[in-house]
Amino acid sequence: MSAQTSSAPRTRESGSTARSVASPTPVPRRLRRRVDPIYYVFLFPALAIFTLVITLPAVVGFFYSFTNSVGFGDYDFIGLRNYIALFQDPNILSAYVFTLGFALITVIVVNILAFALAVMLTSKIRFQTALRTIFVIPMVISGIIIAFVFKFLLSNSLPALGQALGIGVLSESILANENLAWLGIVVVTAWSAIPGAMLIYIAGLVTIPAELYEAAAIDGASGWQRLSRITLPMVSGFILINTILGFKGFLNAYDVIVGLTDGGPGTATTSIAMSIFKGFGGGDYGYQMANAAVFFLITIILAGLQLRLTAGKASFGA
Amino acid sequence: MSTTQSSPPPTGQSTASRASGRKPSTRRSGRRSGIGSDRFNVPLTVILIVCSLAVLVPLLVTVNMSLKTTTQAVDGSAFSLPAPFSLEGFREAWQLTNFPRGLAISAFITAISVAGEILISSLAAFAIVRNWDRRLFRWSFFYLLAAMFIPFPVVALPQVKLTGIVGLDNPLGVAILHIVFALAFNTLLFTAFLRSIPLSLEESMRVDGATTWQVFARLIFPLLAPMSATVGIFAFLGSWNDFMMPSLITTNPELQTLPVLQQMFQTQFSNNYNIAFASYLMAMAPAVVVYILTQKWVISGLTQGAVKS
Repeated sequence: MSAQTSSAPRTRESGSTARSVASPTPVPRRLRRRVDPIYYVFLFPALAIFTLVITLPAVVGFFYSFTNSVGFGDYDFIGLRNYIALFQDPNILSAYVFTLGFALITVIVVNILAFALAVMLTSKIRFQTALRTIFVIPMVISGIIIAFVFKFLLSNSLPALGQALGIGVLSESILANENLAWLGIVVVTAWSAIPGAMLIYIAGLVTIPAELYEAAAIDGASGWQRLSRITLPMVSGFILINTILGFKGFLNAYDVIVGLTDGGPGTATTSIAMSIFKGFGGGDYGYQMANAAVFFLITIILAGLQLRLTAGKASFGA
Repeated sequence: MSTTQSSPPPTGQSTASRASGRKPSTRRSGRRSGIGSDRFNVPLTVILIVCSLAVLVPLLVTVNMSLKTTTQAVDGSAFSLPAPFSLEGFREAWQLTNFPRGLAISAFITAISVAGEILISSLAAFAIVRNWDRRLFRWSFFYLLAAMFIPFPVVALPQVKLTGIVGLDNPLGVAILHIVFALAFNTLLFTAFLRSIPLSLEESMRVDGATTWQVFARLIFPLLAPMSATVGIFAFLGSWNDFMMPSLITTNPELQTLPVLQQMFQTQFSNNYNIAFASYLMAMAPAVVVYILTQKWVISGLTQGAVKS
């Protein structure tokens, strides 16, 4: 979603003349003089709830990040002390390290598997409709519920299998292992997130003209060459979208982690969102608002970086 | 985005007919994968079937566990079949979690979110597209889009305080939050679609004396139906399956949604896996059943959303 956001203004600014030639002018001349007042009524609900529900809390929260408020009662301004303390707090730092690492790994896993599935599902296979239906199912299941199902499988069935096969690492629940619990979270998050990415890739793959593949086949291109020289370049825009959307989503990781490990063992799998929400009970409202502000900044910087790195290189198929 | 938005009908049709592509040999001949011309790729089919187990096994385990008796389920073996079959788990879970109430709350939040997202975003998008030459409307558009950069956790704490103050720490407040956080994406989808609707129809209606409201209600809104379906599907899934917002916003545990109930009852489920899995199954079943029944439609709707982004 971030992709269109920042490309939208650009397209509009630079391409406005091209657009008005290509498509019918959006505004009839007659209306240009006076705006029908009812348009303000149409626009008002969106602006009003947006301002009340997002802008206002954002401003209020930012304000509190410079105070020592515990969430109620009196408070004092303490300048940047929350922000300074944040960078010296091992719990916060480990939440950032965990969340960024988790998001990076999950984005890679999800995109590789989703792309592979999309390629296979758009090939000439039997039961195409049925298979596609099955692979989309995880998209309609609540993340926390499937996390509970996997928690059972990972803490009962997998150890049983591990014991039967005599594999030491697997004979105990990986969710109880400080160094491996993140793996379970990656697996379940990927399980939920693959269908969405897969549908985007399928949408991209079907725009590639068959002639390209035919021409490549005539020239004797191997399957791998067709993939790396035609398919991948043609869908690079969709890879970009999936990367940005995925990264943005995984940075907010919460539901699946609550279901699987609840941040444990210890604080090994506590995500940034979970650390922020501790501000509810922990009596450190102002402190966690500073945390939220830093998190917001990181989200923006990462989205901007991804766009900058890939600017102009993306193709959205034919 | 600019390449796709100029031609939504073709993409929509192709995805719809692809989803219903029962005759791949005629439809797909010479499409992708130039291997063989009219033969199915059997190894690939086998690989996909094996992969599909990754999706199916957790679901089958859920069904399997839910049908066991408490005495059998307690040993926690996922793959032993229920002996004897028992609906005990469902009965217990139904009463323990007060399933009908949870279902009603989830349905309430989902219904308001779906209706609200479609209506508020389409009205705003219509106003914005028709008045694009006006600075106020242009800036409003970018203002709304900014929401896509604001993750919920960033504003969650002040929101919780605020909803508490104004008495919206309940399902209605959760529905409003769902509407707002989807506003940016939905408005974007609707504006993209609206730009492709020719003005001539609208002008002839206006010549006949129709007001702007009538133009919207009788012409624009019906034309937006495919986009509304897409927005509605995303709204349904996002709202029905959400855990984060209801768990933080709703203070009264009796007004919690199905996903949150599963978490609240974890300790009470304890090792009674049949009750736990019956409860999970009842919570996920409505969405899965609706999806299976309408899958062509849903997949093409979801793909539309994907293509637009």
